[in-house]
Amino acid sequence: MVDSRKYENSVSIAITGSGGAGVITAGTMLLKAAAKAGWYGLFTRSSGPQIRGGEAAAMVRLDRQPVAAPGENFDILIAIDWHNIERFAVELPLNQHSLVIADPSQGDVPDVIADSGARILEIPLKELAKKIKKGRQNMIALGVLRALIGLNEDIVDQVMVHLLAKREESALIASRDAVVLGGQAVEHAGLAMAQQEVPADGSDRWLISGNEAAGLGALRGGIRFVAAYPITPATELLEWMAPNLKKVGGALVQAEDELASINMIIGASYGGIPALTATSGPGLALMTESFGLAVASEVPIVVVDVMRGGPSTGIPTKSEQSDLNIALFGLHGDAPHLVVAPNSVSDCVFTTQWAVSLAEATQTPTIVLSDQLLGQAKAIIDPPADLAFVTKRATSATVDESFRRYALSGSGVSSMSIPGTAGGQYTADGLEHDESGLPSSQVKDHVAQLDKRADKLDGFDFGDHWATIEGDSPLAIISWGSTTATVREALARLEKQGRHFKLIAPRLLAPARPLEMAAALEGVERAISIELSHSAQFYRYLKGYFEISCPVQSYHRPGPLPFRTNELCEVIMNWSAS
Amino acid sequence: MSVKSAPATPYTARDYKSDVKPVWCPGCGDYTVLSSISKALAELALPPEDVAIISGIGCSSRIPAYLNTYGFHGVHGRSLALATGLKLSRPDLTVLVTGGDGDGFSIGGNHFLHACRRNVDMTYIVMDNRVYGMTKGQPSPTTEPDWDSALSPGGTGLRPFNPLVIALASGANFIARGFSGDPNGTAKLITEAIQAPGFSFVEVLSPCVTFRPDQRDWKKIVRPSPVDPTEDIGRAARRLMTDDGFNLGVLYTGKREPFRLAEHHGESDMTGLEQQFVI
Repeated sequence: MVDSRKYENSVSIAITGSGGAGVITAGTMLLKAAAKAGWYGLFTRSSGPQIRGGEAAAMVRLDRQPVAAPGENFDILIAIDWHNIERFAVELPLNQHSLVIADPSQGDVPDVIADSGARILEIPLKELAKKIKKGRQNMIALGVLRALIGLNEDIVDQVMVHLLAKREESALIASRDAVVLGGQAVEHAGLAMAQQEVPADGSDRWLISGNEAAGLGALRGGIRFVAAYPITPATELLEWMAPNLKKVGGALVQAEDELASINMIIGASYGGIPALTATSGPGLALMTESFGLAVASEVPIVVVDVMRGGPSTGIPTKSEQSDLNIALFGLHGDAPHLVVAPNSVSDCVFTTQWAVSLAEATQTPTIVLSDQLLGQAKAIIDPPADLAFVTKRATSATVDESFRRYALSGSGVSSMSIPGTAGGQYTADGLEHDESGLPSSQVKDHVAQLDKRADKLDGFDFGDHWATIEGDSPLAIISWGSTTATVREALARLEKQGRHFKLIAPRLLAPARPLEMAAALEGVERAISIELSHSAQFYRYLKGYFEISCPVQSYHRPGPLPFRTNELCEVIMNWSAS
Repeated sequence: MSVKSAPATPYTARDYKSDVKPVWCPGCGDYTVLSSISKALAELALPPEDVAIISGIGCSSRIPAYLNTYGFHGVHGRSLALATGLKLSRPDLTVLVTGGDGDGFSIGGNHFLHACRRNVDMTYIVMDNRVYGMTKGQPSPTTEPDWDSALSPGGTGLRPFNPLVIALASGANFIARGFSGDPNGTAKLITEAIQAPGFSFVEVLSPCVTFRPDQRDWKKIVRPSPVDPTEDIGRAARRLMTDDGFNLGVLYTGKREPFRLAEHHGESDMTGLEQQFVI
């Protein structure tokens, strides 16, 4: 029996349909309306391999509390049609408490759906849409969902007015009528929920994707030049940057390939302008040689890697945490650099801003490891605070004869002269060099400059930002990146059952912080590391580079399916009971 | 555009040279190209701190350290991309790119096409000696098909690449050919190239006396182009397609507008920008 009141505090909804059915539009409108009605939420999408059109699923999770992880069992699945549904079935777990809205004109409910035991409610979406001039099934579906979860009618209307502002008025009228008809169908079935009150607070919340959040963090950090080569799933970050950089006096250039984009940002940063590019695994692989150039020549740059399934072309539209090894170890030579990872959509803002600050302060190239799950999810979040970092790049406005670009200093950070500064001329070089920058293959220069570049990071005070640490328990979960969001939800659920765990999620992955990790693990008797990687890259990194005196187990599996909360609850319970 | 000698400039060629001794072999053509670059910079009276010389890898890519300007000796083949990022974000600087035929036309070939096409205001000087010298004698894209080497015994059998034709087809705005044995003529070409708006490409025939001693004969073959520079791209194409690679001078001057990014307008209000996310 479906009890619609259970949607009052949280609900997971999936809308599926073939290309052109408008499921993404319906999902987006639902999310925006829910945001205005005071919900927190997360929107993810799944689509087939087609460039345009093709079947798609919009997955919307709404909650009264902030959410950072995708839903697990869907409470409501509404299918505009069943085209290629078997491709999505595994991503849309249902159970006997779920409600499936099916259009009888689209044929029988496929076994992959019906076998879940979910209650099936037939609503003739297509027939209802035909009753309206220019009526569309996706807007009927929106009306159905509105009534099922008791979303305020006026708010849904506001969202439609806003999103359809550029279309002719008939489109708005048709959509309004469709939403009303959809709602009536739910009322006839006796499943309509009374419209919920809209709380007064919450109106300052943001609706933002992880890719946009990383872009915003970059701008907050001072990035003013971006070179871009399109690649899924990082393209939206670059496309968001293009117009928004202009608003703050910066600019973006489209490069001919990733070899060019990284060299362009090295050139811009050498010229004194903080610079960034974004890419995914294949692009990062192409960039590694020049990333090493930025290490050797001490030019700060930021590369955001929005990870996808690998190796090679892999699974471009799905998430995986399998670029950790190349980010940590992909460079030739001894090449100290920074790798940081955000652990939620909201944290994409902070971590990218922090990355810019770290890169500039240490004159060291920095990789931000985001992933498809974070990057392409849209979340309703509280506005993330702007932590204005004070440490800027060390530059010299005036230079005397004693100036040496790569002078040895206590911290390893030496002053950088920016082109245009008289007397500060030097040649930045990928060749090993002496303090003045001149090529040298001498032992003393090589050792001194290797030490200098390592010292910059070893001695840097990363503060508390190096990791997110929550809870206290002799049992610790260690995770990183987007996985942390789901771990957090699992731990919150277990907490309600009286089971306590400690969460340690390093945000700073390189340089490794073994002492901080040892401190975080004080009092911990056992730990388990959790990651989305076939070869347990993170676990092996922990074992090899950190001082962990307690036994550590690993739970790892590849993408493309993200972790679900119940999966991790089970993993953690089994591990803690063993 | 002719360059007249004197109104006295505050700089001499010497002011642009660093104290670093080049790694080049005695007799290398690159020595005089280095001198030609410093002469051109002095002629234009550009303050050394406002000039950046960008290069990749190879004998001729060593040039930045031999000059007293800002410089970047980057990785193999990517100098044009690095220079593009620098010039686009710092349009106030004069940006030169130096390198060889292997760096520019083989590993860096794609960037060469797109630098011509993008037409950013900078000058690309390629010292073409038709050989990889730093790795001791392998054929490059401009090497004759029958040139024998350890790596390609009996020759590559491949038709050489014609960089000037490709530059023209890809959109370069200024195309010239010089010869290292004529340092004054080359200095003049480089001066004009820097003055010309957009992407200027100067191929300088620069013999490798070590691995291509046959190139010592180039001085007997090179000749000033028998015709004046043209702005007609069709005529330029015909000339460049049919010349034997030894005609010197400015061979094409175009009128394309250089590519620039919108001017920086300083800091604007981040709070305003963040309003787009408020629900």
